[in-house]
Amino acid sequence: MTLNAGDQIPELRVTPDKYLPHRYAGASGDFNPIHIDDEFAKAVGLPRNILHGLYSMGLVAKANAALADGDPRALKRLSVQMRGMGVPEQEIVVTGTVKSSDGNRVVVDTVATQGDTALIKNAEAELEL
Amino acid sequence: MPIKTDAVGKEWPGTTYQVGREKIKEYANALGIDNPVHFDVEAARAAGFRDVVAPPMFAVVYSSSAVAPAILDPEVELNFAAMVHGGQAFEWDEPACSGDEITTATKCLSIEEKDGKGFYVFETNSVNQDGGQVARGTWTLIVRGV
Repeated sequence: MTLNAGDQIPELRVTPDKYLPHRYAGASGDFNPIHIDDEFAKAVGLPRNILHGLYSMGLVAKANAALADGDPRALKRLSVQMRGMGVPEQEIVVTGTVKSSDGNRVVVDTVATQGDTALIKNAEAELEL
Repeated sequence: MPIKTDAVGKEWPGTTYQVGREKIKEYANALGIDNPVHFDVEAARAAGFRDVVAPPMFAVVYSSSAVAPAILDPEVELNFAAMVHGGQAFEWDEPACSGDEITTATKCLSIEEKDGKGFYVFETNSVNQDGGQVARGTWTLIVRGV
């Protein structure tokens, strides 16, 4: 695949179900109750239990790896800022734009949004394709 | 009271994580990643890996247990209850495969106060059992109301 600056990467749309934070907690080992206990989350002022920021970053990694058919060797670097809070049961959209392309090295600017909320901002992925 | 910065430069000894097939599968399933190299050893070997390979962001699984002692170190004085994970970066080298023993060491890169918030930046460096470089992480943790 030849990618040029300004090209869009294929969009990734995912709607995490109600129990996704529990499965991600088990997979990652992060059992912070703000992610898996709705009552606890509300008691500390959150709208409800929220997604793990690193789950959203994982989706950004997945959207970029798709450029290499999911080859886990392709992603060389990924840096993100985690901003808005993600919630279960609402669609997340990951979009990206090729920032630069030099031979087989591609840098992609990526964002993950959920409704009007930016979950991941200023994400920069470097891939070797 | 100014933010305490005594821990800048402090290093914490490495913790070792043994990568396993079932854990990789569990992580890939949670993210909806379906490449067979994360599930099937034959597919992984055919693609040139020594065993089932982890997706890149599995780095949080093998390295987060090395960050926890740094965050909770009294010398760092980080108010965990008011902390949010503000930023994260990884650089990857060798892939992490099932059977690998990955040792991750942590260092405090900086502690700064900005707009009434504390920015705590830690670096993790993960190497495998052969001394091969696997991943380097930069963890930016933000504490409100310092």
